[in-house]
Amino acid sequence: MTGFRLAAGGRIDRARPIAFRYDGSWHQGFAGDTLASALLAAGVDTVGRSFKYHRPRGIFAAGPEEPNAIVQVGPRPDLKATQVPLAEGLEATPVNCWPTARFDVGAAIGLAKRFLPAGFYYKTFKWPDWNWWEPLIRRAAGLGRVDPAATAPAGQRRHLHCEVLVIGAGPAGIAAALAAGADGRRVVLVEQDPLLGGSLLVDPGEIDGMPSDLWLRQAEAALAARPRTRILRRTTAFGCYDHGLVAAVERECIVWKIRAARVVLASGTVERPIAFQDDDRPGIMLAGAVRAYLGRWAAAAGRQLVLFTNNDDAYRTALAWAEAGLAVTAVVDARRSADGMLPEAARAAGIAVTTNAVVERAHGRSRVAGVTIRDGAGGTRRLACDTLAVSGGRDPALALFVQAGGALAWHDGLAAFVPGDGGYVAPTGAATGLSGLGSALAHGHAVGATIAGDGAPPQALDTPEGTILAMWHAGGDPARSWVDRASDVTVADVGLAAREGYVSVEHYKRYTTGGMSPDQGKSSAVLALSLLGRETKRTPTEVGTTRFRPPWDPVPIAALIGADRGPLLRPVLHLPADDRHRARGALFEEYGGWMRPACYPAPGESREDAIRREAAVVRAHAGIFDASPLGKIDVRGPDAGRFLDRMYIHRLSTLKPGRLRYSLATGENGIVVDDGVVARLGADRFLVGTTSGGAQRMAESFEEWLQCEWTDLDVFVTPVTQQWGVVNLAGPRARDLLAAAGSDIALDGTAFPHMSFRDGQVAGIPARLARVSFTGECSFEVSVPARRTAELWDALIAAAARAGIPEPSPFGVEALMTLRIEKGYLHVGADTDGTTYPADCGFADAVARRSDDFVGRRSMRREDALRAGRHQLVGLLPVGDDAALVSGAHLVATDGGSDGHVSSACWSPAVGGRIALAMVRDGRARLDEAVTVENLGRWTRARIVRPVFVDPEGARLA
Amino acid sequence: MPRSTYSALSLLRHGLTRHRTWRPAWRRPDPKPHYAAIIVGGGGHGLATAYYLAKTHGITDVAVLEKGWIGGGNTGRNTTVVRSNYYFAESGRLYDLALRLYEGLSRELDFNVMLSQRGMLMLAHSHHDMEFARRTANAIRRNGIDCDLLDRDAVARRLPLLDMSTDARFPVLGGYRQGRGGVARHDAVAWGYARAADRLGVDIVQNCEVLGFIVEAGRIVGVETTRGAIRADRVGLAVAGHSGQLAAKAGFRLPITSYALQAFVSEPVKPILDEVVLSPATGVYVSQSDKGELVIGGGLDLHPSYSQRGNLPTAENVLSGLVGMFPCFANLRLMRSWGGIVDVVPDSSPIIGPAPVYGLYLNCGWGTGGFKAIPAGGTLLAHLMATGEQHPIARPFGLERFRTGALVDEAAASGIPH
Amino acid sequence: MLLIPCPWCGLRDEAEFHCGGESHVVRPPDPDAADDAAWAAYLFDRDNAKGVGFERWLHRHGCGRWFNVARDTVTHEIRAVYGMTDPRPETAS
Repeated sequence: MTGFRLAAGGRIDRARPIAFRYDGSWHQGFAGDTLASALLAAGVDTVGRSFKYHRPRGIFAAGPEEPNAIVQVGPRPDLKATQVPLAEGLEATPVNCWPTARFDVGAAIGLAKRFLPAGFYYKTFKWPDWNWWEPLIRRAAGLGRVDPAATAPAGQRRHLHCEVLVIGAGPAGIAAALAAGADGRRVVLVEQDPLLGGSLLVDPGEIDGMPSDLWLRQAEAALAARPRTRILRRTTAFGCYDHGLVAAVERECIVWKIRAARVVLASGTVERPIAFQDDDRPGIMLAGAVRAYLGRWAAAAGRQLVLFTNNDDAYRTALAWAEAGLAVTAVVDARRSADGMLPEAARAAGIAVTTNAVVERAHGRSRVAGVTIRDGAGGTRRLACDTLAVSGGRDPALALFVQAGGALAWHDGLAAFVPGDGGYVAPTGAATGLSGLGSALAHGHAVGATIAGDGAPPQALDTPEGTILAMWHAGGDPARSWVDRASDVTVADVGLAAREGYVSVEHYKRYTTGGMSPDQGKSSAVLALSLLGRETKRTPTEVGTTRFRPPWDPVPIAALIGADRGPLLRPVLHLPADDRHRARGALFEEYGGWMRPACYPAPGESREDAIRREAAVVRAHAGIFDASPLGKIDVRGPDAGRFLDRMYIHRLSTLKPGRLRYSLATGENGIVVDDGVVARLGADRFLVGTTSGGAQRMAESFEEWLQCEWTDLDVFVTPVTQQWGVVNLAGPRARDLLAAAGSDIALDGTAFPHMSFRDGQVAGIPARLARVSFTGECSFEVSVPARRTAELWDALIAAAARAGIPEPSPFGVEALMTLRIEKGYLHVGADTDGTTYPADCGFADAVARRSDDFVGRRSMRREDALRAGRHQLVGLLPVGDDAALVSGAHLVATDGGSDGHVSSACWSPAVGGRIALAMVRDGRARLDEAVTVENLGRWTRARIVRPVFVDPEGARLA
Repeated sequence: MPRSTYSALSLLRHGLTRHRTWRPAWRRPDPKPHYAAIIVGGGGHGLATAYYLAKTHGITDVAVLEKGWIGGGNTGRNTTVVRSNYYFAESGRLYDLALRLYEGLSRELDFNVMLSQRGMLMLAHSHHDMEFARRTANAIRRNGIDCDLLDRDAVARRLPLLDMSTDARFPVLGGYRQGRGGVARHDAVAWGYARAADRLGVDIVQNCEVLGFIVEAGRIVGVETTRGAIRADRVGLAVAGHSGQLAAKAGFRLPITSYALQAFVSEPVKPILDEVVLSPATGVYVSQSDKGELVIGGGLDLHPSYSQRGNLPTAENVLSGLVGMFPCFANLRLMRSWGGIVDVVPDSSPIIGPAPVYGLYLNCGWGTGGFKAIPAGGTLLAHLMATGEQHPIARPFGLERFRTGALVDEAAASGIPH
Repeated sequence: MLLIPCPWCGLRDEAEFHCGGESHVVRPPDPDAADDAAWAAYLFDRDNAKGVGFERWLHRHGCGRWFNVARDTVTHEIRAVYGMTDPRPETAS
């Protein structure tokens, strides 16, 4: 129990205490705390265990770069405690340890650490084989847990458009937003913190002659007063995508997609540590984080501080610590001298400053208890402390800049990557490598003002800072000096990777897994690549960084998917008479994006029985079917006939008005892509029927050919599928039923024969009638305006009773399939696949009759289309047991391979047994041959027959 | 120096010397002026080709030229799935050759590629899907490859987290499963082949970009590179998405279009998913890595691309498909994403065979499926380069199929929806 | 996420469009006269440009028109949009 809450100060609301539970114990924090600050103030040293070696770890950072304090909050695994706002009753647990973070059984692995360097698993576990070892490794890996029963809160996706997007509301970002929005332009300012201010929240100063807190309040008020400026707090910009799209996530639940004419990046910096032996002990923290906890949350990490630094900025931590009345043992500064304003201020405050010295190792097991420092002369001595603040410099946070196309440039003076050229994001403030409050404000203002407005920048003085001494590993055992705490990568691991040839930064990353944990290497990446450069005698520029990709910080999946969940995930279409089918107990299933009745089971009736009953009723009496999803494309214009000739394998320009013709469409590769019935409505007008799944595809294909290839043809294409509701009456009594409903069209077979078309009305509704059949029965397809579909459905059923005829039986898609299989009618997509030419399914003659070109015709004359041994559509009848005669069964070839497959199968009420359609090698030449059909180990003998089982003459169609 | 054999024992031994005695996994040689064979492309396929040239055919005077770092292309940017559950017999033979080689690869290469045969399950969401699953399962079994058809209950037992409610947007009726399918560690495959090839004398030359071809008397006799001209008796091309670029330099065109394919990784969590699962309705597939991360893939980005970065709408689509399958995964966070450049061929099958230019041999067009085929791609290209003859398994996959129309269309075999 | 300047509708989000692949692929005027190799080249072979490529796009959820786009396939910068029957524009790459 080391950390504690200062008696006063901090941006917390002491009037609102908050009780929370961590790792089984109750603690208290305040409104305004994060879980991390509350834990620190509550004196919790060990907040978790490391990923690989289960070493005790404490809070290390104060922001999204936190590598150690990974916690589970309810069903949400792997949250960084620094990003969890404290809330009443919050219950959080550490991950990857048991039973608690302090006493963790898994820590035993640490004993074997020496034999488990980076990538050890590539070198062993080869016997007996990996499948044997893997479960052990898997159990040991992973951090938090998924709660299988938990649902996630709904996320949202929202869009924003603005002239200027400013990412980050520190001094530079605020100055940029103030300047950019001065003339009323639309400005969006996003800030990951609940509070605006950035570094000002920790390091206050004086701006425009007033305390920065006051300036901040005024600036915030000024921005809030602008109607066209929008501030998004607790919003993290996580990705820069093509053409200027920036994605940000607000409060973990709203994903904003922001399009801005200009993007200003004021993302500040991320501090990095210097490696030394046992630098991962609890109590060792980034210097800026120690200061942030003190100033922002009044949480002291301990009572006795050693600061280890190679730069001036970190002295602010020692000063703040002393100012809080806490003891500073020493500042250990790696530089030969430190005489800038901040070091001098430290000395003036009575702080011992030791230059030309480094911290070589930390002491203490569950918490740092002291450090060994080595001075320039090589002498070592031990200093006592309970908190060690370390700073190896600051890296501009430029992931978004690089994602947006910018290039990084190494700056020796700062020992950091700074923005180079390119990209659509303009960095400003500390993100550019600038230091000093005045400079940040001036730069931010200037970036904002180039876009709009003018006026004077906010004024503040820079605190002069001395140069940094690039330092990566200060000393001690490299195998116990940490580079990436989150992934448990040590300095020795970097050396091992380099030694074994994994010298590309990408190889290093993959070999050691460095940078691949929830902190994404934010505080370790530059350290790692610098060490790698040192090992391989390359400069940081030569080593380069790994590629920055979205997201910059992990984003909740629930937020990313927005409303695309449940029924709104790939939404389905419903039939216009959906409620009528529901009322009749339809079993709905999805067919090509439409929810359609598969069948209408009676109470207690099985799906299979319902299908058979419905199919039988259609043959014996009449059925009624909702065919609305069938594709309908209106094609008109002087060249409509010529055009359709080119799109289908049959000539359609010779069709007479009022007549219908069935045809197949092929792609340019000669493969069947769709089928349908085309009606000629008039000299220049056709109504093209497509499969329901092909409706959009075919209409688009028509347009593509017309707009891109045959621009000389005068044709208009209008998809009208959803404008029409279609009800089909089929069966021997279909004509009587339709007549009973009342129509002004003569329905007898001579006046209105099969494959013809009429306009008129049915039951008082304007209607189009088509004599087309997919059942093999006398059939009328009645199309009415979609909104009147239910009315038509009701009228057709009600008419039966009036006429004293039994009602037509509603039948679903599956009975329709049974009926069409009995007739051997092709179902594109079931009986055909992406290898099927028209000739393979019985349309060789139709193709041969064409002497003119159509889409795909040339491909049908290639070697492979004409070869022997193609799969051809035939029928199959079982000989004896029919168990394996199911769709998807394969015919067994003499060599044991496949001789084709059953493409459609059903139990046929008309035949009284199972029947099938199949694509069989050389099938048409093998009629009457007995073949073996196998389905998953079950075997059936079957006979190849012509693919028609009912009414081969078509007498029932009349 | 101890021999750098990899074993638990060697880890112990090197551990005692604080791992300072490990030797480089492969040398970093300067290219020689001439080789018996050059492989362009240091991804899995190129490295495997070099290895099999040396191992199987005794041709060790081989260089692999890689413009960046080995395994840095699609080999290191995929979702690591291995399987051989293909419809056509031609594909089955090809991918099962790869899987059988994978099954012995860790020991053969003395490098643990972490082949985890946890099973690959393709879901079926409708009766039509089930019929198709049955058709595919039967075809796979006819190809002599393991495959089971699972009913709804069997799927639920294997995937307790799957949304099995009947009113789910994509209800689960069953699926088919290849037990030998699974995942392998992608980087390890590249590194393992590199190390093994290097030991046989193959020069692996990184940071060496091929700029053009040296052509004499209509025959390719070498390559121009950023590190000078390198001559060779024969040149193999294994550069995936960049095949078209190099083909253009050799004066021919290929039936290839390059797209970005994204993959996504969640934060690491304790074991929760033991299978590789794919939903045909959304095209989304997921497995859990040994680190505990969910590794998620889906469809291609929407337009051709040579940028190894992805687009947000594709990410949203893939992740929503994931949550459609596993609602509780909505509580996870997306941690990383990346993109590879995949070489998409009209029939979704690879191109293995001689190029239209003499002396040049192709291994490309794997599209989204190259990783699982690496051992086969290497074996077959090595056979072709060593013997001048197509291996019987490679014969259906030559360029001539585009002329004859004998496509091996795996995507098309999946049928066209209603 | 691309912003595509539809020649008829103006700048719109990529989500409204469908990419139809490479443009300026010439269909043999008399397919019967084309030999198998020429037909295969038309069907399958593509420039697959790295850098500026020419492709056709459909404004699917907009005006429904096809048009040509000159786009850099590496940077995704759109260099030009032009009509279906217009010639390939000059683009400095």
